[in-house]
Amino acid sequence: MTDDYVPPSRVFGAILLRDVTVARRELPYFLLRTTLQPLLFVIIFGFVLPRMGMIPRGYTATVLPGVLALSLTLSAVQSVSLPMVQDFGFTNEIEDRLLAPAPIKLVAVEKVVSGTLQGTIAAVVVLPLARLIMGPIPGLTFGHLWMLVLVTVLSGAAFAAIGLFLGTAIAPQHIGLMFSVILGPMIMFGCTYYPWAGLKVVPAMKYAVLINPLVYVSEGMRAALTPSMPHMSVPVMLAALLATTVVFLTLGLRAFDKRAMK
Amino acid sequence: MSAAIETRSLRKVYPAPPAKRGRGGPAPSKTPSPVVALDALDLTVDEGELFGMLGPNGAGKTTTIGILTTRVRVSGGEAIVAGANVVSEAAVVRRRIGVVPQRPNPDRGLSVVENLIFHASYFGVARAEATKRANELLERLGIADKRDGKVDALSGGQQQRLMIARALTHDPRIIFLDEPTVGLDPQARLGLWETLRELHAQGRTIVMSTHYMEEADQLCDRLAIIDQGKLLALDTPSRLKAQAPGDTLVEVTFDADVAPVVDAARALDGVSNAEGRGVLLRVFSRRGGQIIPALIDAGEARGLTVRDIHLSRPSLETLFISLTGRKLA
Repeated sequence: MTDDYVPPSRVFGAILLRDVTVARRELPYFLLRTTLQPLLFVIIFGFVLPRMGMIPRGYTATVLPGVLALSLTLSAVQSVSLPMVQDFGFTNEIEDRLLAPAPIKLVAVEKVVSGTLQGTIAAVVVLPLARLIMGPIPGLTFGHLWMLVLVTVLSGAAFAAIGLFLGTAIAPQHIGLMFSVILGPMIMFGCTYYPWAGLKVVPAMKYAVLINPLVYVSEGMRAALTPSMPHMSVPVMLAALLATTVVFLTLGLRAFDKRAMK
Repeated sequence: MSAAIETRSLRKVYPAPPAKRGRGGPAPSKTPSPVVALDALDLTVDEGELFGMLGPNGAGKTTTIGILTTRVRVSGGEAIVAGANVVSEAAVVRRRIGVVPQRPNPDRGLSVVENLIFHASYFGVARAEATKRANELLERLGIADKRDGKVDALSGGQQQRLMIARALTHDPRIIFLDEPTVGLDPQARLGLWETLRELHAQGRTIVMSTHYMEEADQLCDRLAIIDQGKLLALDTPSRLKAQAPGDTLVEVTFDADVAPVVDAARALDGVSNAEGRGVLLRVFSRRGGQIIPALIDAGEARGLTVRDIHLSRPSLETLFISLTGRKLA
């Protein structure tokens, strides 16, 4: 009979492989769900309106990092929270992983890692498409690749952790509210469609939006992709993303444990 | 024989459910109190045993299985499963057990065979070995033709068999089944019994809960009768049946409250016990059905008319009623 010790890393790898297998099959739907909205925005605000002369052409430099931030964070949040709500609320499908011979929290951590991966994939798909649609973008550079990777991974982790918290803390019947009440305002006040520095015209808002973690992702993308444009201080941005990850991972793991163990 | 499972003073209290208040309505009159699901449960299951837990819905069977499978927090006492503590060595316990849930919960993102292969991989079984085992199990449980299909295409009985196959992929020492036959058609139920007997014959320890008396009687080596979180009796089905009081349970339904009749019934020759529950008179009779005319007379003498009569031979059901005053299902 199987009685040998199974290292948690092996269990983790197996569960991650399961998520990768399922995600690969769902890839077309996943991409539709997470990249269609940002790309539609790119078409109107990055292509049509500038051509009509209603928006200055340089606006694309502001929009590209914002749209990347949006696809990255939306897909990271959703890829963790939606299955979580479904699993705990209705189908109990996650049970077979909760019975794996490893600490239960490992299953939650795996979800965050898988969410980070999916967020990264969404960003990687949107970046070239957006660039293609918008044409040459003033100030765009890939010279800060390490920064781009760091911001992407950290932002993915932060929003996957937020997804873990939302997915375990929100009652299944209220999942619609997550989009309208939480994600909606988060997107509008997330400095995705305008730079944070530009908010100096409404000083109160400039400081109020700082509680919104999406702000740091948008500004982080600006620091990495269009560093010559105005953007938030890099250490502040990185510290805020790290803090978001730690806080929501802690809250999320606690909420997960509560849902998983009766 | 060594113990596969041992619990000592196992206790589980669920926190009080949040008070529900209707819109604009008044606050509920009484505050909900914590629910004691298990109260000082002591159980020992021997290795290789097919052990049953019998009790009505809400008796604490699912909670017990939840604790033994490390999925429910313990409020007090301790439980040792397959040589490991369910709280401090939960991962070790999980490695040694297989669990068949009350409602099938296959992974719908995966095909039938993948459900087994991935589950085995969570337990460190290498891919090639996992695939071999998965194919064997599907064959053995009669769903090999569904191998590459979606789990949604399986019938309820087939999903249940998939759950059993899944619980076996990592070759566990103990298998837990929570009310495995609920919702199955009679044929699927018999098929499941057959599977359980085979697993039992291989020397595996099996723990199952049920509220079907017949199932407990036919399958289990030993039975724990549980109600309201307490162990009421624990023995082999035949010895438990021998404990059933009186010879026959006679239940007479009258057209009005039977309270006035109970004492008269108790005084009858051949009656070991009698109790009234509304319009229902329960009598344990040493003279079988011969007692019936006297019961009818006793009722009619007090102006009551008989509506229905039911006889039950001594069984786990009559034992359960004598222990709890309630029916099983």
